[in-house]
Amino acid sequence: MEASVRPAVSVNISPTPGSGSRETHAALPMRMTVAKVNFFYGTKQTLFDISLGIAASKVTALIGPSGCGKSTLLRTLNRMHETVRNARLEGEILLDGQDIIAQDVTSLRRRVGMVFQRPNPFPKSIFDNVAYGLRINGSKLPIGEAVEKSLRHAALWDEVKEHLHKSAYELSGGQQQRLCIARALAVEPEVLLLDEPCSALDPISTAKIEELLVQLKDLCTIVIVTHNMQQAARVSDFTAFLLTGQLIEFSPTPHLFTTPGDPRTEAYITGRFG
Amino acid sequence: MNARLRWRKFVSGFMLSMTGVCAFIAVSVLFFILGYLVYHGGTSVNWNFFTKLPAPVGESGGGMANAIVGSAKLLALATLIGVPIGFFGAIYLAEFSGSAVAFVVRYAADLLNGVPSIVIGIFAYALVVLPVKHFSTLAGGFALGLMMIPITLRSTEEFLLAVPNALREAAMALGASKWKTIATVIVPAAYRGILTAVLLAFARVAGETAPLLFTAFGNRFWSPGWGQPTASLPVMIFTYAIAPYEDWHRQAWAAGLVLLGLILVINIVARAILARGIAVPRT
Repeated sequence: MEASVRPAVSVNISPTPGSGSRETHAALPMRMTVAKVNFFYGTKQTLFDISLGIAASKVTALIGPSGCGKSTLLRTLNRMHETVRNARLEGEILLDGQDIIAQDVTSLRRRVGMVFQRPNPFPKSIFDNVAYGLRINGSKLPIGEAVEKSLRHAALWDEVKEHLHKSAYELSGGQQQRLCIARALAVEPEVLLLDEPCSALDPISTAKIEELLVQLKDLCTIVIVTHNMQQAARVSDFTAFLLTGQLIEFSPTPHLFTTPGDPRTEAYITGRFG
Repeated sequence: MNARLRWRKFVSGFMLSMTGVCAFIAVSVLFFILGYLVYHGGTSVNWNFFTKLPAPVGESGGGMANAIVGSAKLLALATLIGVPIGFFGAIYLAEFSGSAVAFVVRYAADLLNGVPSIVIGIFAYALVVLPVKHFSTLAGGFALGLMMIPITLRSTEEFLLAVPNALREAAMALGASKWKTIATVIVPAAYRGILTAVLLAFARVAGETAPLLFTAFGNRFWSPGWGQPTASLPVMIFTYAIAPYEDWHRQAWAAGLVLLGLILVINIVARAILARGIAVPRT
């Protein structure tokens, strides 16, 4: 599949003009494109006309103060917003050039996995947690091998290989979050969405997960929501800054943090609000 | 130590001992009842009690084998009727219905739960007994099953709602459909609570007498089939306790002891099953 298919509507999905690197972004193949997305909870609009491209095999960070819509935007990418009553999406989101709204939602979510803010392992064994996605999808792969592979990718294998059949709740918070990453990786998604994956974790666990994300780029495209700007700076290739539901600035990460193009971005990253 | 501090210490000590005393009373009631049953009926619980039919009036001895089997049949039937309806109804309420529908169903279930058991008995009598013109095991099981529905439904719903939403999201984000999420994550996460709810409902109806009086009726002999009247432990207790014979009184106590013992055994077995598997930790 040609991954760089552009949306049908003509919109600018590349970094903000003046960021000096529009060409580098434009030259990259896009895994997903968000085009003119408006989002409503009932009558309350929470996203306004968002357009951006998510480059394949890169880490894209969504930052902004609480309530800016970054998590909402993330959840539209695998249609998790549909689990909320009265949620309504306008606009177009493409995965490999195909509209995600037109697709079967369960197969979309197999391709676009998600890791949540708080570790949420199932009340099952470590092994069964990772195997869950494979089993419900009737995977033909040998499950044992796939589980080991995913746990290795999530840098958890060495810590748990001796007790795969223990309860997932016996792991520490950081290990549980890496287990959730392994669980998401097991179905081999093309895109992995992470919603503030480290906000409930200690600094050491956070460092491990950040290190992991950088390595995972080879396996899949990553979109991470974080309220921690240093984290965005450390792990991401591109950063989108959102404020009150609007995309203020979208730039290559080093560029956004060193020479922000918008005064509001500068105010946020220098800690004047948020 | 000034007077105010002494007073506060006294109140604190007093309240602490009060809570302790109340906790003790709550536990001791069970042991008191058990002890009383053993004292009065213990001597009559023997091999004959479990294997023999009731002795004819005037003869001593005999047992309640037919009542034990009758109760087991009634409860099995009640569980077959009450648990699936309560369980799937609870799944609909907790996972699918809108708040208006859920409100109505919950309210109706609570009302049904509050309907006196004798009224349930009359209802089953009118619906199952009258058309065929004779009492039956089926009618008794039907009445008890009706009583199990609201208890199972309401408590199962509570336990399903207590499953963290994060688990639903985790399953759905992995591409599980709603039904798959319910079957593979939510129900397994809530199954301890659900089983406890079923046990509560079971124990509750196991001792019900009123709905059986004019449905399953009673029988001095083995019940010939599901369509025929049957003896049951609670009705036997009732009949024997009001009879004028000393020996029957002892047997009534014994039947009470056996009934309590059976519920206790089922409870312990279920708890042993519950102790295995992985529980969702409370956060």
